[in-house]
Amino acid sequence: MKQTRAVEMGAGLFVLLGFGALFFLITQTTGLSNEIGNKGYIISARFENVGDLKVRAPVTISGVTIGRVTGISYDPERMNALVKMIIAEQYKQLPDDSEAAILTAGLIGGQYIGLTPGGSETWLEQGSQIEFTQSAVVLENLIGKFLSSMGGGN
Amino acid sequence: MKDWLCEIRDAMKAFVRTVGELTLFFINIVMYTPRTLVRRPGLVVKQVFNSGTMSMTIILTCGLFVGMVLGLQGFDTLQRFGAEEALGTFATLSLVKELGPVLTALLFAGRAGTALASEIGLMRATDQLAAMEMMAVDPVRRIVIPRFLGGVVAMPFLAAIFNMVAIFGAFIVGVTFMGVDEGAFWSQMHANVAVADVAQGVIKSVVFGVVASLLAVYQGYTSVPTAEGVGRATTRTVVTTAITVLILDYMLTAALIG
Amino acid sequence: MKKDCPKSIVEIRDVVFSRDAKPIFDGLNINIPRGKITAVMGPSGTGKTTLLRLITGQLTPDKGHICVDGKDVSTMSREQLFAMRRRMGMLFQNGALLTDLDVFENVAFPLREHTDLPEKLIRHIVLTKLHAVGLRGTWRMMPSELSGGMARRVALARSMAMDPDIIIYDEPLAGLDPISMGVILRLIKRLNDALGITSIVVSHDVQEIGSIADCSYLMADGKVVASGAPEELSKDGNPIVQQFMAGMAEGPVPFHYPGPDYEEQLLGRVVE
Repeated sequence: MKQTRAVEMGAGLFVLLGFGALFFLITQTTGLSNEIGNKGYIISARFENVGDLKVRAPVTISGVTIGRVTGISYDPERMNALVKMIIAEQYKQLPDDSEAAILTAGLIGGQYIGLTPGGSETWLEQGSQIEFTQSAVVLENLIGKFLSSMGGGN
Repeated sequence: MKDWLCEIRDAMKAFVRTVGELTLFFINIVMYTPRTLVRRPGLVVKQVFNSGTMSMTIILTCGLFVGMVLGLQGFDTLQRFGAEEALGTFATLSLVKELGPVLTALLFAGRAGTALASEIGLMRATDQLAAMEMMAVDPVRRIVIPRFLGGVVAMPFLAAIFNMVAIFGAFIVGVTFMGVDEGAFWSQMHANVAVADVAQGVIKSVVFGVVASLLAVYQGYTSVPTAEGVGRATTRTVVTTAITVLILDYMLTAALIG
Repeated sequence: MKKDCPKSIVEIRDVVFSRDAKPIFDGLNINIPRGKITAVMGPSGTGKTTLLRLITGQLTPDKGHICVDGKDVSTMSREQLFAMRRRMGMLFQNGALLTDLDVFENVAFPLREHTDLPEKLIRHIVLTKLHAVGLRGTWRMMPSELSGGMARRVALARSMAMDPDIIIYDEPLAGLDPISMGVILRLIKRLNDALGITSIVVSHDVQEIGSIADCSYLMADGKVVASGAPEELSKDGNPIVQQFMAGMAEGPVPFHYPGPDYEEQLLGRVVE
């Protein structure tokens, strides 16, 4: 009986440690730790080009994550991309003339949305749309521009 | 030349037969699994101990060093692009999606799989299985199923523990030895590793757990009841598990990414 | 009461069995009377263990019938077979104790698997059975700590745990020292006398088994070549019986395994 109990203890510890490791992997290695939950308000923005932006990508302001992208879709009528994002409840006072830009984290990092506050006295709220946006930089376009400017110089 | 062709043909035939046998064996196991879980959970717990707890030493050691190697190699490679901040992402993604499940399955085959195969093989060689049959006890239900389930339960946990320790190992080398910024190490990881990546690894380790456990108990159960036969069953366990796991890994990766 | 019943508990009729195209039995007939000790003897390789597997339904004969208690084993379903085996005990050559359980749990094994008896009762039964084979003191030992003779006695206690009607002994004396042999022999005899259990003993220890058997069968070439009480066997005129009973190297069972001519092979004239 004593031996059985030791076996049960050992198996139990192993399973607990296993669950702990799984919990660690899910919460500590993924973006889940930056999770703002589902409490917040949803705003949207239109971009000519979202580049490599993915759902769940962070939304930051001054480098602080304040929300995440919840949906990316193409609007055939206005022929641009509609990006929806959720902003955490505590960041209520964002001027409604803020600018949203799709930026790249590091050289090979993923893309995220960076907000630059405007000067308005009224705030963004549930359902608002950001007017001023800056699309993702597409490398090919950049190189194209660079080459044509070189050509102009000659 | 003709002999050679004949041998290939015979080998193919034997292979097809083995696959059939294995499938029937697996169906038999699955059919009686609910009953074993309800009536004899204690037997399964004991096998979780044998396959899981007893594999901890090898998993912890190998995990730590695999992580440390990833830290070194990753740093060396990423540095060439000036992207050493991405070390956390690099190590974690390689681990949770590929190395963790695959290496754990191979280590499992070497540690727990061989133990299962030789234990069951020896039971066959020493008439213990026949004695059970005589006592009107089905050895598949009493011996094979608890061992199979123990392995199936243990594998995903072993893989998760392996990953955790390995990320820690990569962290030690990258941050402590190589001087990667600690904040960048984690924040890059958080920004780029999705829960789906972790889930992909967990799915793989569950599948590998079923495959590795099934092959081990099958090889033991069908081993020739002699000392030589048991030895051969043990070897075959490692070889067949390694081959099957690596082939399945490719197929799973293709399915999960595509 | 069982002892008075004259009907055979196990009947083997015209059994033909071959394995890998090699014939093992060719028209085998054996009757095993209820409540008696029946010895089945024969030179190595005559399929004694195969016979036991046929009786217990682990193998099925190609032709012929094997009836246990009037029911044909080969037509039984798996459930019926298991029900029949619960009434049989079998002692394997080396005991076949489950190596991951201690002595107590080994004897308790069939009880735990087949009954829902309370722990107290199981304990009582196990200790009684272990006491009967004189090994109550070993209840906490692991099988690996037991000697060969002791392991067999524990296995005997285990096969008695379900109070079977038949106990089958597969080479119970092989590889034992004279003391252990004597102990096992006395146990077989006592179980048979005291409990009226039918015993089937497969062995080639002619003298020892002969001393306790009520009836013996001698097998050779897939058939029964002689049967009867042990004294009758030793008087039998059949040369193969004589050879076996007296343990002679030469006789109908040749010393040399068939091979090419000795001189020819030495001179290298045989195509190998």
